[in-house]
Amino acid sequence: MLRRLFRNPVLRRILAALATLLGVAVFVFIMLRAIPGNQITAGLGTEAAALTPAQQQALEAYYGLDQPLFVQFFSWLGNIFTGNLGFSSRAQQSVAELTAQSLPVTLELAIFSIVLALVIGIPLGMLSASRPDSPRDAFGQVVGLAGLSIPAFLLATTLLAWLASSFGFNPNGQGYAYFFDNPWLNLQQMLLPSIVLGFGIAAPIMRTTRTAVLEIRSNDFIRTARAKGVPPRRLQVKHVLGNALVPIVTMTGLQFGYLLGGAVVVEQIFSLPGIGRQVLLGIQQKEYALVQSTVLVIALAFVLVNLLTDVLYRMIDPRVRAA
Amino acid sequence: MTDITQSAALAPGGGRTMERVRLLLRSRSGLIGLILIVVLGVLSLLSAFGLLPYDPIAQDPPSRLQPPSAAHWFGTDQFGRDVFSRVAAGVANSALISLVAVAVATVVGTLCGLVAGFYRGISDGVISGVTNVLFAFPPLLLALSLASVFERNWFTIAVAIAIVYVPIFIRVTRGPVLSLREIEYVKAATSTGQSRAMVMFRHVLPNITSIIIVQVTLSLSWAVLTEASLSFLGLGTPPPAPSLGSMIFEARTLIGIAPWTMFAPGVVVVLLVVGLNLLGDGLRDALDPRNRGKK
Repeated sequence: MLRRLFRNPVLRRILAALATLLGVAVFVFIMLRAIPGNQITAGLGTEAAALTPAQQQALEAYYGLDQPLFVQFFSWLGNIFTGNLGFSSRAQQSVAELTAQSLPVTLELAIFSIVLALVIGIPLGMLSASRPDSPRDAFGQVVGLAGLSIPAFLLATTLLAWLASSFGFNPNGQGYAYFFDNPWLNLQQMLLPSIVLGFGIAAPIMRTTRTAVLEIRSNDFIRTARAKGVPPRRLQVKHVLGNALVPIVTMTGLQFGYLLGGAVVVEQIFSLPGIGRQVLLGIQQKEYALVQSTVLVIALAFVLVNLLTDVLYRMIDPRVRAA
Repeated sequence: MTDITQSAALAPGGGRTMERVRLLLRSRSGLIGLILIVVLGVLSLLSAFGLLPYDPIAQDPPSRLQPPSAAHWFGTDQFGRDVFSRVAAGVANSALISLVAVAVATVVGTLCGLVAGFYRGISDGVISGVTNVLFAFPPLLLALSLASVFERNWFTIAVAIAIVYVPIFIRVTRGPVLSLREIEYVKAATSTGQSRAMVMFRHVLPNITSIIIVQVTLSLSWAVLTEASLSFLGLGTPPPAPSLGSMIFEARTLIGIAPWTMFAPGVVVVLLVVGLNLLGDGLRDALDPRNRGKK
């Protein structure tokens, strides 16, 4: 019974993801320990040098720094499990509270960007593949290359400066509007950042679609379907695109990582109070507890998305499901 | 695996390399990419040998924010520094960091991928585990966090970027090695009593070089983008040393009055990445055994 359960591929993927997450926690913990200084020097700055040995010892005991490393690790991990992600002294808020505010912003940005990327990337890839080595293919390829090669920060700064100076359009100049407070302004503020990120992700999706469509079209079953008299549009959508979905879904899942990294840059430029900006502020203000926990939350999100992609992929592709 | 079965039929010596170079030059993207990289490479060599028209960090306040002219090809910035010299030095900086980062990632990643795929067992478990953990971080975020841990100079930034790209090289080599170890001639080499390390380096490694070469080119383009993004965010090359990312960051407030300060580094960073991407695509086609023998 247990052995059969263990052979379940989805369950095995979940267990592997959990093991990876434990590794992620260890890695983040080690990274924090590698930084010179600790909570005491972070809190007191240069005044930490003036502490008497007794004060030093008392503070170390207070922060648990006198404990062996693995005890410190497990108490930290235990805190994380109980939802205690640490405290940001600058914001005077717990990291959990800060993350609860910033995560929805980034998720909204992520959803818009991915939708935009799919809307640009899939049709462009199909257009390119519809006649390889033709002008329309060249057009698709050039757009794809531009998406791969133009850095998000360059596109973002030029778009922002150009629209603001030529059209006076700068919705991000005022404070951030949460969707439920002012949906219209919120959508305007999300527009440019989503375009920048969506354009970057559209490129790999376009290339994947093009390659997949070209490969699938050369299959016998497409010729059979055409011979059977399947209308061209139905052939394109149901037979070709339907089969191309597996690599496209995989690529979209992989791009989620690019998205979360790109969010750091784009959120900074467009002043969106998302999770990427939270990491960057933490780094700039040397609030390492904030950085550590936020990076952990982002990695968790990334691992979950990969898991989801994997499960989705099994649902789309009957061959994988059967295996 | 056609690579292995067909290699005997090919001319010995440099014939194969020459054919690959010819294939690369015949593909339009490969040729354009190569030209772009050579031009930008010359630019960074000029900077490395101190042959630039101006010192890239020397300030000259009286001649600040001048538009492009015969004296200053790309104009000057808000401190009167020559933008052309700064862009050239920025490309050199970018090239140095990316080359070191990708070199470290290639050596470490390929070795780990080889060992994991060829020896399997515990080494594979450990290496694949670490790979999965590193893959759980979005690349730019990992580079950012690592860059904030180290004391900041060009070498630590290169190391931070290298750590991000090691898992990619592990994954790219491990897969093909897994299938290569089951091929008869590798088994035969093992059974003749050669040490396993010897078989790994002499018989397995040469068969994955083309995959690695393509990966190196593409990783270089990502490394350039990562370094530029880090510098833009103020976590890359520390000022006043010129970096394409920080030049663009400084230019964003000047774009209305001195657009050239944004234009020059912006265009150059895009050309650099486009060149590497095109070269990577061209190499992939040229090294693909399926394209061999095409006229």
